[in-house]
Amino acid sequence: MAELSDLLALYRRLIAARLRAQLQYRTSFALDSTGMLLISFIDFLAILVIFANVPQLAGWTLPEVALLFAITGLTFAFTDLAIGHLDLFPQLIRDGNFDLLLIRPRGTLFQLLTADFQVRRLGKAIGALAVLAYALANLRIDWDPGRIAMLLFIVPSGVVIFASIWVATICIAFWSVDAREVSNAFTYGGQFLGQFPINLYDRWLRRFLAYVVPIAFVAYFPALYILDKPDPIGLPEWLRFASPLVAVAATFVASAVWRIGVRHYQSAGG
Amino acid sequence: MSVPAIELEHVGKDFVVRRAVGRFRRKTDVVSAVTDLSFSVERGSLVGYIGPNGAGKSTTVKMLTGILVPSRGRISVAGLVPTRQRTQLAQRIGVMFGQRVQLWWDLPLIESFELLRYIYRIPPRTYERNLSTFRRLLDLDEFLRTPVRQLSLGQRVRGEITGAMLHDPEIVFLDEPTIGLDVVARQRVREFLLSANRERGMTVLLTSHDLTDIERLCSRILIIDRGRLIFDGDIDTLKARYGKERVLVVDLEEPGPALQLDGARVIRIEGPRQWIAFDGERLSAAQLTAAAAAQAPLRDLTVQEPEIEDVVRRIYQERA
Repeated sequence: MAELSDLLALYRRLIAARLRAQLQYRTSFALDSTGMLLISFIDFLAILVIFANVPQLAGWTLPEVALLFAITGLTFAFTDLAIGHLDLFPQLIRDGNFDLLLIRPRGTLFQLLTADFQVRRLGKAIGALAVLAYALANLRIDWDPGRIAMLLFIVPSGVVIFASIWVATICIAFWSVDAREVSNAFTYGGQFLGQFPINLYDRWLRRFLAYVVPIAFVAYFPALYILDKPDPIGLPEWLRFASPLVAVAATFVASAVWRIGVRHYQSAGG
Repeated sequence: MSVPAIELEHVGKDFVVRRAVGRFRRKTDVVSAVTDLSFSVERGSLVGYIGPNGAGKSTTVKMLTGILVPSRGRISVAGLVPTRQRTQLAQRIGVMFGQRVQLWWDLPLIESFELLRYIYRIPPRTYERNLSTFRRLLDLDEFLRTPVRQLSLGQRVRGEITGAMLHDPEIVFLDEPTIGLDVVARQRVREFLLSANRERGMTVLLTSHDLTDIERLCSRILIIDRGRLIFDGDIDTLKARYGKERVLVVDLEEPGPALQLDGARVIRIEGPRQWIAFDGERLSAAQLTAAAAAQAPLRDLTVQEPEIEDVVRRIYQERA
């Protein structure tokens, strides 16, 4: 426990320092945040266009899809906010600057995750929150304690799932130079696929999202519970409550992959 | 007997290098950066670790600091196995890479120090004491509140050295600590390292291209070439073994042919000036001067002692 509170205190200090540094560039900060907000509205516009042509999408109404969109968007925005700088990790490996994490008396993954904080990505979260408000206003949900609890748990466990996918895939950088592209395919691609009901997809992709890269646990399964909706593809009911467990499992997998990667690190320059 | 600060036994490090053969096939080569290295460093010593580019210097330092896993052999630093006990070791060593920025680029220097204080869990009293000592010795006060990205190279290096030593490390690894510094800054860094070594008993392992650094600071020199240790001893031994050749420079009254002298040879002629190399152990400068004066009238003369640069160059040449 003492160890954990020590880490949290250190995290708070590192983030505060990053914030001070980022606020030196106010204009670019404002521009970026606005840009992010616009992007998330344009993404939602695409969904509105679909529903202007069809009343339902694979058995889901507009407010229901909006709920999926908002949960996925919010989750991804928070992940991006906290660890979006992982995009730069392959560069860190290529330049050999990962060395600098290895000479400090703290875990390398902890140092990497806490190295920065992308406040400018808040724009994305605000966009997603607006869509969430729209969805909740247009859905008739019976808010019992279980559903309220689910709504509160959904985002943290989704963030952990996304972060684990991000970490596990960015580890490719320990072996190959094109890690960023591959990793983005899983993270940004996962975010895109997660915005829609997975029963829309082909069987292999559904299985992939449910069992391999567990994007379906970010929004789809929890949303089925909140909406009290039968699963169109008939997967077991307990999967709806499995997101926190999946998050824990994903964390273990990601940190194992990370450890193997670090051991494989070759540094740069003889 | 206490445990040595650093100990290596038959350490080697291979890198797997992949290169394209044709369009799709790739061939993997194994390149040995460090072949077979054994040495130990006593606590409290100041050791210079030198070698040409690609000799395996950085690879060794990276293995000693827990960055790279050795392919074979045994390493112990401060009694710990670097890669297996990495975080414990990091707490007890200081590392500075002259060509890397370890401080926070867009934060004022003092804020970097504050962060390091928590990263290394430095007790408040230690932190205050060390910071005030380093501020004085390295003259940090005028740029303590300047963002690191705005510091001059010399200022930044002084900041980096402070950052690497705030947590009272027992052993310090400095890779090119004076690279790119002007004469004044270089001198200041040297004096600082000497005092840290003398007053705190800090073990220092230093790599440098600038052999004057090594000569001024280090009581012991390790020379590595192609992944092997080729010399281990102090400066005087180094000079005695490889620098027996002294040079007598004579100015003749007027230009003439090369002087013919037993046990010596003329290595260069420029007008009336001739450079005569001789073995300092077999011939004295006085004997040689007398022999030269017998052949041609001399106007002036000087004896050049071997420079450490020449000595090292000669070692590499001998082995090439």
